[in-house]
Amino acid sequence: MTTKKKILVVDDDLDQLDHLTLILKADGYDVIAAQGQAEGEEAILSTIPDLAILDLMMENLDSGFVLCHQIKHLYPDTPVILLTAVRSETGVDFSPGSKAAAGWIKADVLLDKPIRPEQLRLEIRRLME
Amino acid sequence: MKETLHLLIVDDEQYMRLALERTLRHHSIHLADMQLDLAFRISQAGSGATALAFLETDLPDLILLDHDLPEVSGLDVLAALKEQKLDIPVVMLAANASLDAAVQATKAGAFDFLAKPFTPEDLRSAVQKATRHCMVQREASKLAAGRKQIRFEFLSMLAHELKSPLAAMEGNLFILRDHLAGDSLQSYDDLVNRSLSRLEGMRKLISDLLDLTCIESGKKKRSLMDIDLCAAARHAIMTHRAQADAKQVTVSFTGPRYLYLKTDGIEIEMIFNNLISNAVKYNKDGGTVAVAILDLGPTASITVRDTGIGMTQEEVARLFGEFTRIKNRKTMNILGSGLGLSILKRILNLCGGQVRVESEPDEGSTFTVTLPKESVPPLQPMPHP
Repeated sequence: MTTKKKILVVDDDLDQLDHLTLILKADGYDVIAAQGQAEGEEAILSTIPDLAILDLMMENLDSGFVLCHQIKHLYPDTPVILLTAVRSETGVDFSPGSKAAAGWIKADVLLDKPIRPEQLRLEIRRLME
Repeated sequence: MKETLHLLIVDDEQYMRLALERTLRHHSIHLADMQLDLAFRISQAGSGATALAFLETDLPDLILLDHDLPEVSGLDVLAALKEQKLDIPVVMLAANASLDAAVQATKAGAFDFLAKPFTPEDLRSAVQKATRHCMVQREASKLAAGRKQIRFEFLSMLAHELKSPLAAMEGNLFILRDHLAGDSLQSYDDLVNRSLSRLEGMRKLISDLLDLTCIESGKKKRSLMDIDLCAAARHAIMTHRAQADAKQVTVSFTGPRYLYLKTDGIEIEMIFNNLISNAVKYNKDGGTVAVAILDLGPTASITVRDTGIGMTQEEVARLFGEFTRIKNRKTMNILGSGLGLSILKRILNLCGGQVRVESEPDEGSTFTVTLPKESVPPLQPMPHP
């Protein structure tokens, strides 16, 4: 029997959090939902996620970066998808291939909100292989 | 703080350069009000051309510049500074100085003018003035950079707050379109209702943003009149009756029969609306809101106490920042733009009032606003977001 893959989802917007949970559960994943950076930090202490999906701006402008950095530090093999509603507005260039992305943030994929379910599924399948 | 400034002496007479350097070499300047101690690192240039080379390789903070240089003249150097947009204070030194030359140099951008011969005291005093100017300008540009940063953060947050509800609604629509919420019709109704509530939140954000912009731009006209604070309180309570009834929240009022303030009526209305609407919104069902007004002689105080969800110390500390909505499970269904208290703070700044918050998680919050009876204009403008 194969155990369900665990996905950590962190977003301070409850609507978004519920959407992602709904979509991922429908696809047969075990979902750990955390509302915000603080809950996310707590969650990664007790569980090793097979994949993490993080919102960028939560308590702070750079919450998602910080959380991503922590996850990669604890579990280097866990792929991370960063979701963001704003990019250039943050003043940090974190497009794929940028210094910040390759350096300390280390997210595997950056997706712009709104997230289309089919696009998300594609990325998850690619990262979980 | 100890700092060293780079001082460039430009004169074609070597003895003059040496005399200047001797006078200033061990000289330090103390700017008490800015808490700065400044010493100099001195360079010499024997011609205008050498001075210009310094602008490329080792930028000076201050320049002592001879007016009567051969070839590239003092005025030429000033023109080059202007062209390169370098804001370096220049003290012009000139023999046979006429008033004309001084005026001309000042027009060309010199900060000060010193006629030869001058005493070491004259020189030190001119350098002191130029140094102060240099440091004040640096301070000012630091402040400007800080304001730019604040503005930038404000715009990031604004973009985020405007895009998030759109993303949430689009997400809801995807789920509706793909029938992802299962077979129960109720789940779909919930999604529609949540979308409607996000739309309402967005409308509220836009109207708060317009209020804030109006106050910020200074466009809001103040008209001072005799306003009865107690009547304004009762009126605001009436306005929120429906909102309070929906949560079975009781709003009470205590205070004198009347209490007149010379102030702006619209500002007072906004203050009450802000406080009472928050006290109802963040209350528990069946809770209470107590509005009290006290006459404190030269000032009046408004206290609004609720029995709501309250906040931790840490949350209270963040409360007045732009877009800081206290987000947790308890506030997830409460609509707010995150700008309400920013607006309150700015209004209070307009009328010389103050606000204090005490709060206990799960017990409730108390907001106390103190207003002067004679509304005075603000002493300092608030930093612009």
